[in-house]
Amino acid sequence: MLNAQDTDKAREWLQKIEQLAAELDHPVNIMEVCGTHTVAIAQNGLRELLPASLRLLSGPGCPVCVTDEADIDALIRLAQQPGITLATFGDLMRVPGEEGSLQEAKAGGANIKVVYSTLDAVALAQAQPEQQVVFAGIGFETTAPTVAVSIEMAARQGLRNYSVWSLHKTVPPALRVLLEDPEVQIDAFINPGHVCTILGTEPFQFIAGEYQKPCVVTGFEANDILEAIWMILEQHRLRQWAVAIQYRRAVQAAGNPVAISYLQNFFVVQDANWRGLGIIPGSGLEIAPAYADWNARMRFVSPLSTRRRPSESRPPCLCGAILKGLKTPLECPSFGRNCTPLRPVGPCMVSQEGACAAYYRYQPAQLETR
Amino acid sequence: MCLAVPARVVEINGDLATVDIVGNTRAIGISLTPEVQPGDYVLVHAGFAIQVIDEAEAQATMMLLEEMALLEAETEGWQQEGNSA
Repeated sequence: MLNAQDTDKAREWLQKIEQLAAELDHPVNIMEVCGTHTVAIAQNGLRELLPASLRLLSGPGCPVCVTDEADIDALIRLAQQPGITLATFGDLMRVPGEEGSLQEAKAGGANIKVVYSTLDAVALAQAQPEQQVVFAGIGFETTAPTVAVSIEMAARQGLRNYSVWSLHKTVPPALRVLLEDPEVQIDAFINPGHVCTILGTEPFQFIAGEYQKPCVVTGFEANDILEAIWMILEQHRLRQWAVAIQYRRAVQAAGNPVAISYLQNFFVVQDANWRGLGIIPGSGLEIAPAYADWNARMRFVSPLSTRRRPSESRPPCLCGAILKGLKTPLECPSFGRNCTPLRPVGPCMVSQEGACAAYYRYQPAQLETR
Repeated sequence: MCLAVPARVVEINGDLATVDIVGNTRAIGISLTPEVQPGDYVLVHAGFAIQVIDEAEAQATMMLLEEMALLEAETEGWQQEGNSA
């Protein structure tokens, strides 16, 4: 995957990392908080290339993976109501709730349309004025501003058949929960590149300030990740902690102030339920009261689930522990046996960017030795 | 899911722009980057420009896009394989 020049560069970074790692008196656990990093690390075999004293843990960095089963069920019941079209990003279609997935609901007749962007969802509402189009708002701070823009467009056009069912979540509160969890040992974070394109570095300062841990905003190529790991070890060596930016080509310290103001104007902070982590105070984004007319929760009721699949019928799933970096996919008894990308049990195998899917795709040798 | 790809802005039309993403043109929203001009490079996420980047930076990121295209092709093959098994 790397060209010759990149391979040379990677070798240089690895040497520098090895030098610093040799001085460590204890292993350093580095959590990557973005599914795209998880994929890049697995794809380039970085885990195997690093010294044994450095452990890369995958965190709760894929919005699809952390969507609660009850939220999937609520979307399904919404889409089953006559007159409603549920518009969603394709990523969400195969995620299992308690009552199946959106894909299964669609096969069963529910009106669900996959869209590439909220622009498509708004266009869908314009094209079918007799249908109520509800957009399933999922994603972190990278995605939520694009949903805010769609609400602004609908408000400006007086579009009354478009609304958003917001399941948006914010990254910094989840990192605080992980840092506070006595079971979880994280020494540093590889910060999500595009979340920081929007947010900048300020919302992550508490990691360096309060917890005295290195934090590096990182790009998505192998050498970006290696450079970030070296930057983390440098902070560790100097005992000077900061939110540093490796991914300078896409991230400014102040983030994108226009996008931040969209987040502030169109959403209010609320608690959110994360699969694997539970309820995290102040980690969700609900549509602001000023835009309640475009809040699907104000317009529709999704009846609560009464049917719960008996738990003994479900194969064991360690996604919760995997999302906290407590277990690796290889430690899950279902991984690669009754949980595969074709028949996923948990969300980390469903999403292309989930830790289990990334391990499954890029580490066949380890699979075979199990 | 927070994937973003670089694109070159070809034409601006109000809140929308036509962009070139490695040879494919498509319409994207530019409300989050109101300063953008034709000829600029932007990072595109979920149909919206989320940051203006410079050309050299865009080229550096193009590689990732090509890798993702490979990844997708690979995944298709892998799913077909699985289906026939």
